[in-house]
Amino acid sequence: MVNGKRVLIIIPALNESGSIADVVGEVRGELPGVDVLVVDDGSTDRTAAVAAAAGARVAKLPYNLGVGGAMRLGYRYARDNDYDVAIQIDADGQHDPRYVPKLVDLLDDNDLVIGARFAGEGDYSVRGPRRWAMVMLSGVLSRVAKTRLTDTTSGFRAANRRVIEMFAGWYPAEYLGDTVETLVHTARRGYRIRQVPVAMRKRMAGTPSHSPAKAMIYLGRAFAVLTLALIRR
Amino acid sequence: MKLTLVTGLTGLILLATIVELLRRRQLREKYGMLWLGVLVIVIPLSLFPRLLDNVAGFFGVVSGVSLVLFLGIVFLLLVCVHLSWEVSALEEETRTLAEDFALLRAQIDAERAARLAQDAQLTAANRDELVSHDG
Repeated sequence: MVNGKRVLIIIPALNESGSIADVVGEVRGELPGVDVLVVDDGSTDRTAAVAAAAGARVAKLPYNLGVGGAMRLGYRYARDNDYDVAIQIDADGQHDPRYVPKLVDLLDDNDLVIGARFAGEGDYSVRGPRRWAMVMLSGVLSRVAKTRLTDTTSGFRAANRRVIEMFAGWYPAEYLGDTVETLVHTARRGYRIRQVPVAMRKRMAGTPSHSPAKAMIYLGRAFAVLTLALIRR
Repeated sequence: MKLTLVTGLTGLILLATIVELLRRRQLREKYGMLWLGVLVIVIPLSLFPRLLDNVAGFFGVVSGVSLVLFLGIVFLLLVCVHLSWEVSALEEETRTLAEDFALLRAQIDAERAARLAQDAQLTAANRDELVSHDG
């Protein structure tokens, strides 16, 4: 329970046996009354077993579906088990669970709350094509959602019952669909979206890519996904 | 004459292949019928390539063979698009199945864990009782 609401933390994880125990342990330590569901997205390592040993509920997909597939499973679980709030947190430990009560508070007046980097708290910077992609995405999506959104690809978000219900039935499995397209879809249906500044930490395991070619490809894909999302129903 | 032999034989071999696949139930009927329909048009054309010259002339195409080639490519493109569409639908179906499967497995795991905990509690209670009787 957080502020009288039943809260489920959903952690999509793919081969994160190195960090998942710490992440689950930290969430359970900071938020004692909250249930944690780790969705193992077809990992080939011991992610599921490690997460279960750390005290999380575990749903293990038989093969890799991508973050979107794992998240729809999480929202279906939240809907079937009557949770008031579902919160997505990354398995690499970059999201600080101490921000969760803040996100839950904001759900009183909003339907979807995003924990955003570059919004005043913490230090995080990107340059080059990745930065252009982020500027493009936040510009267009802020307009669509009629609210300021600076970190549209953030994997730290909280949803209330109405949005859980929608995401349980519809959640794209494609690349960037889980962040960009869901925002367009949610905003178009009149749900209120709001971002809240959070500080991000260094990943506990794994490294982000810095290759310029990959950054260009990312920009292209982001543009394609955004355009498709805008011309879809 | 030689060319007619080659094209005609190719058509007949394709027909035999489709029929055999259908006979062994390796091909869904909807696809089997599609290809049989195509062969019904293609085999006469392979034997008499000049059959469509009049139709071609009407559309401003010099030779009937060119017209067949053009229509063939358009048709194959459409078939490919249709197959991509079918695969997308299948992926959506298997995705839903995978999710259902994971949800069921999570539910079973939770129930088993609850039962084990209950059993352990009962065993502990029994042991305490025995100990107290002994004492």
